[in-house]
Amino acid sequence: MSASVAGLSVPGVARPRAVRSRRRSVLPGFAPTMGYTLFYLSLIVLMPLAALALKTSTLTWDAFWQTVTAPRVLASYRLSYGASALAALINLFAGFIVAWVLVRYDFPGRRLVDAMVDLPFALPTAVAGIALTALYAPNGWLGAPLAALGIKVAFTPLGVLVALVFIGLPFVVRTVQPVLEDLDRELEEAAASLGASRLQAFMRVLLPVLAPAILTGFVLAFSRAVGEYGSVIFIAGNIPFVSEIAPLAIITKLEQYDYAGAAAIATVMLAISFALILAINLLQRWQQRRA
Amino acid sequence: MKIFRTAIAVVLAIGVAAVAPQAAAQVIAAQVTLLNVSYDPTRELYQHINKAFAADWKAGTGQTVTIRQSHGGSGKQARSVIDGLEADVVTLALAYDIDEIAGRGKLLPADWQKRMPNNSSPYTSTIVFLVRKGNPKAIRDWNDLVKPGISVITPNPKTSGGARWNYLAAWGHALKQPGGSDAAAREFVGRLYRNVKVLDTGARGSTTTFVERGLGDVFISWENEALLAIKELGPDKFEIVTPSLSILAEPPVAVLDRNVDKKGTRGAAQAYLEFLYTPAAQEIIAQNYYRAIDKTVAARYAKQFATVKLFTIDEVFGGWAKAQKTHFADGGLFDQIYTGRSP
Repeated sequence: MSASVAGLSVPGVARPRAVRSRRRSVLPGFAPTMGYTLFYLSLIVLMPLAALALKTSTLTWDAFWQTVTAPRVLASYRLSYGASALAALINLFAGFIVAWVLVRYDFPGRRLVDAMVDLPFALPTAVAGIALTALYAPNGWLGAPLAALGIKVAFTPLGVLVALVFIGLPFVVRTVQPVLEDLDRELEEAAASLGASRLQAFMRVLLPVLAPAILTGFVLAFSRAVGEYGSVIFIAGNIPFVSEIAPLAIITKLEQYDYAGAAAIATVMLAISFALILAINLLQRWQQRRA
Repeated sequence: MKIFRTAIAVVLAIGVAAVAPQAAAQVIAAQVTLLNVSYDPTRELYQHINKAFAADWKAGTGQTVTIRQSHGGSGKQARSVIDGLEADVVTLALAYDIDEIAGRGKLLPADWQKRMPNNSSPYTSTIVFLVRKGNPKAIRDWNDLVKPGISVITPNPKTSGGARWNYLAAWGHALKQPGGSDAAAREFVGRLYRNVKVLDTGARGSTTTFVERGLGDVFISWENEALLAIKELGPDKFEIVTPSLSILAEPPVAVLDRNVDKKGTRGAAQAYLEFLYTPAAQEIIAQNYYRAIDKTVAARYAKQFATVKLFTIDEVFGGWAKAQKTHFADGGLFDQIYTGRSP
């Protein structure tokens, strides 16, 4: 456990010094709030993680390695991380456009569209899964015409992607939207008056400001997608080596009362996700420093 | 700020409104409350049983009994009980899951299955095929399922108790053919699962895939689930094909000693399970498409069920513990079907 505690504290290393330097903060009560924060994080985040590590540690190293590198489990990581990355990438573009439209244009029903973006948040994931499956099944509204074209969505890896795109959309929209709102339009006008083309204005003026928010949205959508079970399980088909996601590999272990094996796969997923998120955060910081 | 405060007030009000009736119910129901943790397709069965038992218990003792039901995949349900869900009785899909509750949870003795008649199974069922109306792919028996181009729907045996019965029924059939051997059975079941395009995690999920999504030519199913599907959806859409040979599925029931002694509900819990063996309950069981074990009731409902030669898991597989280890454990024969064809 100590390893991941150390790992978690890395991003915050610079902070205590910053706090000390401005002692007279306008907001009082650093000590109690910090204490509460630590207590709360321990209770909500660290303790379950510790329990996970504890369960995993009941395995010998060999058994652990065998569990987490079984070919079927490896195939499920590939599908889960691959589909999640792809879905987050799609959402990065689609979500940006949605946020752009919502911020920059006023049109009848804008508030309604704005509210609709949050639906994937609010909908129970199982309901989303069943709805998507009904829609994309070979006899569904969208599935039938697609099937006529020879494209199968439900019960294939493509179905997994569709479900992950669905649940990930709000993350990108909701992180990009506020930054876009704060962005001064005059910046673009200034760029235009200085002779920048539209593309240049976008690439050199807008994008550098928006990039951190877009990246954050991407990371959020990605990490949500990796762990997603409810909405995917109905549409995936769950065939080993083809459409079996990593969370299902964990559930399968649990069904066999193999708690330690389930915890082992979960630990590996956690480690991969944490490494990826950390890498993206570092990338973001590096980019900000450069900008 | 005012909006914020109103919002908090609304949220709190909703929270209180949601919790309060439950709290109140617990105070009033000081009589006796039983929790029956069961598997997926027994929802309808136990709704009817509970009503009948409550009336019976009230007449006999004057006490009001409330039975709460919990349904889900058999393995998942057993796990909740092991992890501390305080069930008074479990009524699961297969004995292996209750064995695990005895072994890991130590909630009841290991020889629990000998405590009630008929291997502690007050009802039985078997595995049949559900096909689309008119049986367009002409499916008559197990051998038709492995033909090329036939799409089969069955849940994943790793996550579904019912699916394990399906798998074992197919295996037993292949084994009992002229010249049948373990190798032949393995090859047969392998071909069967290569025709499976969707492996849902539970029996109800598979029913949905076959019935609502229109996937597959044949759905290997609990007999009770197939009969229920026909009744709910109309005989104009599906028909049942009974194979020449199938497995006798015995879903067992048990009182969880440690939990009932702690809660002081042993009397009612024991009576609840014994009630399942009475003619009245057997009648309800037959009405819900399970095979009754009471001879007179079974005779009365004989028309409902096709005659089929049945073998038991003890005969062919030497009991659940052994079947689980050989076939469904990690790296077992079921896994080998897929790892064998992996690139």
